[in-house]
Amino acid sequence: MSTLLEMSGVSVSFDGFKAINNLSFQIGEPELRAIIGPNGAGKTTFMDIITGKTKPDEGRITWGEKNISLLGKSESQIAREGIGRKFQKPTVFEAQTVRENLAMALRNPRGPFDVLFYKKTQEGADRIEAIAEQIGLSDALPRLAGELSHGQKQWLEIGMLLAQEPRLLLVDEPAAGMTPAEREKTTEMLVNAAKTRAVVVVEHDMEFIRRLGCRVTVLCEGAVLAEGSIDHVTSDPQVIDVYLGR
Amino acid sequence: MNRSFLARNPSILWFLALLGLFTLVVTVLSEGLGVGMISTSFVKTLGKTLCLCLIAVAMDVVWGYCGILSLGHFAFFGIGGYAIGMWLMYARTETIVERSLANQVIPPTPQEVSDAIASQIFGVVGASELPSLWAFAHSLPLQLLMVVLVPGLLALVFGWLAFRSRVTGVYLSILTQAMTLALSLYLFQNDSGLRGNNGLSGLQNIPGMGDVPQGVLSVWFLWASAMALAVGYVLFAFVTSGKMGSVIRAIRDDEARVRFLGYHVESYKLFVFTLTAIVAGIAGALYYPQAGIVNPAEIAPIASIYLAVWVAIGGRGRLYGAVMGTVFVTLLSSWFTGGGAPDIDLGFYRIQWTDWWLVLLGLAFVAVTLFAPQGLGGLVNKLKGARAKEAKA
Repeated sequence: MSTLLEMSGVSVSFDGFKAINNLSFQIGEPELRAIIGPNGAGKTTFMDIITGKTKPDEGRITWGEKNISLLGKSESQIAREGIGRKFQKPTVFEAQTVRENLAMALRNPRGPFDVLFYKKTQEGADRIEAIAEQIGLSDALPRLAGELSHGQKQWLEIGMLLAQEPRLLLVDEPAAGMTPAEREKTTEMLVNAAKTRAVVVVEHDMEFIRRLGCRVTVLCEGAVLAEGSIDHVTSDPQVIDVYLGR
Repeated sequence: MNRSFLARNPSILWFLALLGLFTLVVTVLSEGLGVGMISTSFVKTLGKTLCLCLIAVAMDVVWGYCGILSLGHFAFFGIGGYAIGMWLMYARTETIVERSLANQVIPPTPQEVSDAIASQIFGVVGASELPSLWAFAHSLPLQLLMVVLVPGLLALVFGWLAFRSRVTGVYLSILTQAMTLALSLYLFQNDSGLRGNNGLSGLQNIPGMGDVPQGVLSVWFLWASAMALAVGYVLFAFVTSGKMGSVIRAIRDDEARVRFLGYHVESYKLFVFTLTAIVAGIAGALYYPQAGIVNPAEIAPIASIYLAVWVAIGGRGRLYGAVMGTVFVTLLSSWFTGGGAPDIDLGFYRIQWTDWWLVLLGLAFVAVTLFAPQGLGGLVNKLKGARAKEAKA
């Protein structure tokens, strides 16, 4: 397992409020990692920084074997480097079909003229079928994404991430609002995805994280409070104090 | 999956067939080439309407599909008109000047000819020299190039600055209004080099075609406008279908999400904005020779707002909707404002439609936005739905 992404000494503040405070973090490939923390711990800001939405005030973020810096790259460049992101609220393109949603995410050249003269290929179609099967939406391919249930939308978004073939997948609260059966399936998807790539899951639900069975990083006030197995962090007195004890 | 693009989009063939039929019928009924049931001026109105349909289709792509509410596309239309108008005025004045100088004892020098042309064109604003803006006005190919280049470059630079700074939504609309207002105010100045508020006139007289009666010319322009609309329609149908259409509709619905998919959203917006501006320029270049005159009032901010109204009434996000909206509103507008609708005398007040038409249009816009967001194009869905039900039964 080699280090894929490394953040060191990253800080960012909004109007004087330090959302991220001298945060250091690294993840290897392949690896599954869960991030927990109380509200306002900086979990979403953490993702915003990695994906280029928020520029940090200080610190370094390096990526890949060549340790290139992600600072100063735009959101789309970072996405093309191989970082995919799933938002808290399912964000799929509701006015388009499941197939169109997946086709847009498929790993292909992203320039306007590449897209304008894009020809559908059998390979691409097969890939879409394969992903649809993985996320249990094979029969829903011709349907509008807006017609799907909440859980199915979440899966479609995960499917879009898989279609991007990212090396690092950032997933924000994937199990929110899901039924127990849906949760189980989502867990399976994420564990599978993490066999070949790095996956970071931000989640509130302890039970869900326990089922992921991976290393856990606890964030608090923009810094890492504890890191280790779920049993290790849940027995940490500091963690109990700020998060679990409430 | 590999069926041809036209086979996958039957509505394009329907549109082209109807457009062809329309052009044929108007030709047969025209004064110039047919039985004379449609006056030359009405043929011109129809030809102009086709040009307006073309810019409305462009507006639908930029607004209805890509979600950029540009309230400045009429500026590009006007620029196209000015670009072709410069050649039309120059070339026609040149023939007049050459004819009047021909019977002089000493043949005129090129400088004398050029000075005479300049004072003919610019006498009205008190100037007698050709501004450098007119450097290419003698050449039709160069001015035709300007029809495409000037709107294209303006849109490219404006769009690059605006999209790069992530100006979106209502702020972008205001910015585009400012652009068209600034351009119009600049052109109103006498020393702008484009004859101030007089604009360019006499554009209906095509140089070298003095022998062709206006009745015939009007039909030719109708054909050219129909051809341009057909080509533009197919082009935009191609752009808005397939994966490109998928991406630009996605940008309309959630541009941040598209960025995280790895697409450089700004490039796509710039592409759509510039392409539609170029088509708007071409539409303008065909419109103004039929109108006969182009002046700065044409590109006042209100013109671009009308454009948005046509598209909204016709139904955003479908190309034929833009055409339906434009035809419906412009023809109805010329009926109301041209004295076609009888005034209503209420005793205490007389409703004159020339004044009240705008109120009516405004109400229609509000009603469509509130109660029928799909506009006139939504009727096609209803029809399709009814047919599908019949087929099932």
